[in-house]
Amino acid sequence: MSTQQIIFMVLSFIALVSALGVVLSKNPVTSVLCLIVTFFTIAGHYIMLNAQFLAVVHIIVYSGAIMVLFLYVMMLMNMNADLEPQKRNWLKYAGAISGGALLVVLVAALRDASMPGLTSQATEVGLIKNLGQILFKQYVVPFEVSSILFLSAMVGAVVIGKKD
Amino acid sequence: MPVQYYIFLSIALFCIGVMGVLMRRNAIIIFMCVELMLNAVNLLMVAFSKMWADAGKIDAGGAQLFVFFIMVVAAAEVAVGLAIITMVYRNTHSVDINILNRLKN
Repeated sequence: MSTQQIIFMVLSFIALVSALGVVLSKNPVTSVLCLIVTFFTIAGHYIMLNAQFLAVVHIIVYSGAIMVLFLYVMMLMNMNADLEPQKRNWLKYAGAISGGALLVVLVAALRDASMPGLTSQATEVGLIKNLGQILFKQYVVPFEVSSILFLSAMVGAVVIGKKD
Repeated sequence: MPVQYYIFLSIALFCIGVMGVLMRRNAIIIFMCVELMLNAVNLLMVAFSKMWADAGKIDAGGAQLFVFFIMVVAAAEVAVGLAIITMVYRNTHSVDINILNRLKN
């Protein structure tokens, strides 16, 4: 087994365990911390796939900004484990069974697909020079539209969150 | 290393997210599971980008740019969604989504 595969296995194991921790933990703050661990392992996968700039942006945006927002809202609401009512257990089982069935169907559909292997050689695609050129040559209009989307989301958040 | 490994990892992460959305009653945790699903798709897109870059395509970075746009949409969604959840909490003192039944009438 090559070094690449060992790193992949370790990162995937941590990612899956902490993703299950997000779903299964009773305390919401534990869920947030597990999600941060998952995001860091996904950033590790990005680095292994030669998407270095994307990995840095992922850590800054998700683990830095979005998770802090979640944690802040959670502490604002002073949540703890007994806030969530635990009645109606059959709904939980139904959710778990449906999610597991989706997993089985997707794995069965893609098990026999033949895909080329990934080489371990480094590519230049994920560097900021190439990404910037693609972004500002081919995707200028979506870039500007997304900035408008961001602005409207900010205004919407302020308007919704206003007190009265 | 076959690209199937990454496909199966993303499928597993996506299904864990689906499971969380269906199982949990807490609105904030449902939001976090949506983030998990978005990240599973992002990981898949980066893996395919690497696959095309290995095959010698010069525009393989397009897939990584779509990851950027997904991140933008996710950030906007989190900002608005958490504002809505905060407003609901201020009015009802609960983030249980069963309480949103009252939206029916």
